[in-house]
Amino acid sequence: MASSPLNPSLGVRFKSIYKRFGAFTALRELSLEIAPGEFVALLGHNGAGKTTLLRIAAQLMHPSSGVVEFYSSNEPLLPGTVRRFTGMVAHSTLLYDEFTAAENLHLFARLYSLDDIPARVTRALESCGLATRASSLVRTFSRGMRQRLALARALLHAPSLLLLDEPAAGLDRQGLIWLGTTLARLREGGCTVLMSTHARNESLDLATRAVSLAGGRVERDSGAGGDPRPLLSALREEA
Amino acid sequence: MTTPRAALIILGKELRLELRTRELLNATIVFALIVVVLFSFAFDPTSAESRRYGPGLLWIAFLFAGSLMLNPSFARELSNDTIDALRLAPISNFSLLLGKMLANLIFLSAAECILVPVFAVLYNLSLSGIVLRLVLVLFLGNSGLIITGTVFSAVSAHARMRELLLPLLLLPILAPLLISAVEATAALFADPPALDYTWLSVLGAFDVVFLTASWLVCDYLLEE
Repeated sequence: MASSPLNPSLGVRFKSIYKRFGAFTALRELSLEIAPGEFVALLGHNGAGKTTLLRIAAQLMHPSSGVVEFYSSNEPLLPGTVRRFTGMVAHSTLLYDEFTAAENLHLFARLYSLDDIPARVTRALESCGLATRASSLVRTFSRGMRQRLALARALLHAPSLLLLDEPAAGLDRQGLIWLGTTLARLREGGCTVLMSTHARNESLDLATRAVSLAGGRVERDSGAGGDPRPLLSALREEA
Repeated sequence: MTTPRAALIILGKELRLELRTRELLNATIVFALIVVVLFSFAFDPTSAESRRYGPGLLWIAFLFAGSLMLNPSFARELSNDTIDALRLAPISNFSLLLGKMLANLIFLSAAECILVPVFAVLYNLSLSGIVLRLVLVLFLGNSGLIITGTVFSAVSAHARMRELLLPLLLLPILAPLLISAVEATAALFADPPALDYTWLSVLGAFDVVFLTASWLVCDYLLEE
């Protein structure tokens, strides 16, 4: 499930983003550029604006002001085009509880106009360790199994921009190892990853950059090519 | 992906989900049947009274049953935020809306397949010779109800009192449709039965106007 060589590696520019929900301002003049192929750990406490930023990057939400630009090899991409190359794991599983694991993946494979759907779904289920539960309804799954399937769904179309909102939530030790292995493979494949977390997990060791948000602003940024370890260590100490 | 193809995938998803849960159809059929049966007990109409008042009672039953059925159409996408998964996919927002409209049209039509014969028996009305024309009137009336109702279902899905909000928003807007559908149906139950093209044109125009409006506003509708 690595990034497809046919999909372009994507970069994202957030320019002076504000996001307001009534009187509450979730993001305040946030500017950030994520280069193609970067693995960015988005850190911060609850309410720092991580989820809002990810939802804006996923085009599920428009900023109140400011601009989000997507590009590949410095060529700008239209937001409508980018959806095809974007995958997201959110707080919720984004899965239908009344469908089986295979039915969920089939549905999304069809919506992404993928080819060879049965083989692709089988591979995805094997990859996330749910091949034996392919015909089971998702509502019978544990939280960890749902989370694995949610990641399998997000990776089904080999996205080149992966947005992960607390992807380790609900995963057991084995699940965390699987998540780390999968993300390492994606990073090697050139996939751009933006992963939010407020808790320490092994996947953070893959990060090539760490950005800490506070009060809707970028508080600290290790920078492109910088060392993310001091920021990640701070998170470990807080945990 | 083209809009019709994406809408068909959404339609398939809706049908599969409904066949598995029977959440919408069962409630709609039972509710509409209760309304029609209670009306027949309350009025005990003669054949002439049935021809006069029956179409109104029938469409009121469809309207209430429809608003009951349309409520979960978008609301059930909120439990796991599956609406986000659909919006993340590279399909147009209109295809998502259109797929749901087609599914709701099938559900309402299925409910009416049971409801109309029961109504004809209870109200002593003959359907012979008017079935095809009645299907046309029902199709145009249902389409208007479903197009408008699906749009308002999307609007009210995030509201706390959505069960109340949807009928409050929907029923006043549907007044022209109700009048046209009742008049067109009454013309069919008259002696001799006739297809009233004036009211059919109003129904058709209502459908086209609201379908076009839904296409124009669908991006705002599905946005947070």
